[in-house]
Amino acid sequence: MSEPTRRSVLKTGVFFACCGISHVRLARAQSSPVEPLPVKEITRGVFAFAGRPEMMAANNEGEICNVSFIIGDEAVAVIDSGGSVAEGRELLAAIRARTNKPIRYLINTHMHPDHIFGNAAFGETGAIVVGHHNLPRALSARGDYYLQSYRDAMGSELMADIKIVPPTKLITGEEQLDIGNRKLTLKAWKPAHTDNDLTIFDEQSGTFFTGDLCFIEHLPTMDGSLLGWIAQLEELKGIKAKFAVPGHGPVPSAWPQALEQEQRYFDALARDIRKAIADGVPMAEAVKTAAESERNDWRLFDEYNVRNATAAFAELEWE
Amino acid sequence: MTINAMRLGSRVVALVILVLVGAAMPFAAGAQSASVPDTKTWDGLKGDVFGQKPIGDADGIITIDAPKRAEDAAIVPIDLHFKTDAATGRIKAVTLIVDENPSPVAAVFQFGKDAGVTHLATRLRVNAYSYVRAIAETEDGKLHMTQTFVKASGGCSAPAMKNQDEALASLGKMKLRVFTAKTPGNEPMTRATEMQLMIRHPNNSGLQMDQLTRYYIPAHFIQGLTVSQGDRLIMSMEGGISISEDPNFRFEFDAKPGEDVKVEAADTEGKKFQDELPLESSSL
Ligand SMILES: [Zn+2]
Ligand SMILES: [Zn+2]
Repeated sequence: MSEPTRRSVLKTGVFFACCGISHVRLARAQSSPVEPLPVKEITRGVFAFAGRPEMMAANNEGEICNVSFIIGDEAVAVIDSGGSVAEGRELLAAIRARTNKPIRYLINTHMHPDHIFGNAAFGETGAIVVGHHNLPRALSARGDYYLQSYRDAMGSELMADIKIVPPTKLITGEEQLDIGNRKLTLKAWKPAHTDNDLTIFDEQSGTFFTGDLCFIEHLPTMDGSLLGWIAQLEELKGIKAKFAVPGHGPVPSAWPQALEQEQRYFDALARDIRKAIADGVPMAEAVKTAAESERNDWRLFDEYNVRNATAAFAELEWE
Repeated sequence: MTINAMRLGSRVVALVILVLVGAAMPFAAGAQSASVPDTKTWDGLKGDVFGQKPIGDADGIITIDAPKRAEDAAIVPIDLHFKTDAATGRIKAVTLIVDENPSPVAAVFQFGKDAGVTHLATRLRVNAYSYVRAIAETEDGKLHMTQTFVKASGGCSAPAMKNQDEALASLGKMKLRVFTAKTPGNEPMTRATEMQLMIRHPNNSGLQMDQLTRYYIPAHFIQGLTVSQGDRLIMSMEGGISISEDPNFRFEFDAKPGEDVKVEAADTEGKKFQDELPLESSSL
């Protein structure tokens, strides 16, 4: 019986992909003069913009995560491109307002739309897109879905230019990139926030770009492995940084204190879900009350907590 | 009879996928922005699954519970309760459908004659704003339908695997769990037992392109599952890709103490998985 089923499933797959691609190609938006993103120089040569602790929407142009760039003697490295091509263009304008050096790398910290939807803005800069070795796979599983599912919240105008641009330089373990007397250490982590989390450490300034391995104020979202995330917190803390640029939260933040708030949330979530599983409480019930003690300490708790609890339940059931 | 039913089920799954290829995508987009759920997709779909057979209201024979919003699009818990009487006879089969998914027929369950299944919970992928519906077939041959509308998740939750390497590394691992009976003092020989069955499997949709090789990742999912006690069928399932990764079933049935519960599953690559759980009188 498997043959007809499998064949037809594959046909469906081909259709879907074509559909997504042609849609993107047809869509063209004109660009008006671009306002540079209001980045701040947190230390010499390191610039960052703090996103708003909100859901991606038309009125915030998807500008909800922190995006950064680092200027070396020869070139620039960009860390995440933002949640829309509009934001990506504003980031590019902010870079060009400070330097004419070439953009050598666009580093994506992971697969989420708020971090990668701006990639297409850098298409003509010649920047090499860099990501975790799992990032292409993760984007192939989700790219079309992301393009589809954000149309409602973001509006067709913002979505029109957005393309899924996967990385071509893939990082396994640790690797250094050089932008001219400035070495950046990239590290690919095991599944935690996602299965494609990448961090960047700028040795010269001691700045640690955590991607979404660190959330402050904005409730963390679970799209990889809660156990993996908890297990790697110690190793994260061991990074000898002067300060951090978290994926979401104040820029810059004290390190490693930046991890304390999420660690407390993970502990509460894991504790409540483990108890529910042990008591035989069904998933649908358990997720309604898990980590309730954390409600008042976070923004977007109602938007993400049940989802986190659902993922945590499915994972911890196998313990 | 079970085998015939299973074959029929698979034809239905394949057929449904083919028919919906043209329609699914635009509908999904339309459904995202529509505030009032319409049943266009179902109207076009029901003939392919059930032919000309009339489908009546559930009338309490089967009820469905699902969250109003799919918080995690990859794991949407669905609860089914069955309540039959002498007039209709027992429920022979239940078809679970997610209208707007690329492969709408999530699963077809068949229940053993004296299995006494009264409750079944599982987890689904829900790709878009969609009706999730359950159609029960009773012994008198009639169909009874209930449905609920599930809004797609907001934010970056996608109906995709979170930890693909782990899913493949522990492929086929099973976990069976018996929950202590809620009502004490039942008949010792036949009583409702609540059980949970978990199978590690990516239940991969195959609707994904490898960005580097440009090849499609082949679909890989649990297509058949049988739960039995002794030589008595409790339930079987013909599954599709709308069942969540690590398929998970929690159900209540009339257990016979002292007899092993046996689970057999097979996936689309022909891999077979099985496990047994002794049901001691003391565990009931
Ligand atoms: Zn983020
Ligand atoms: Zn993220």
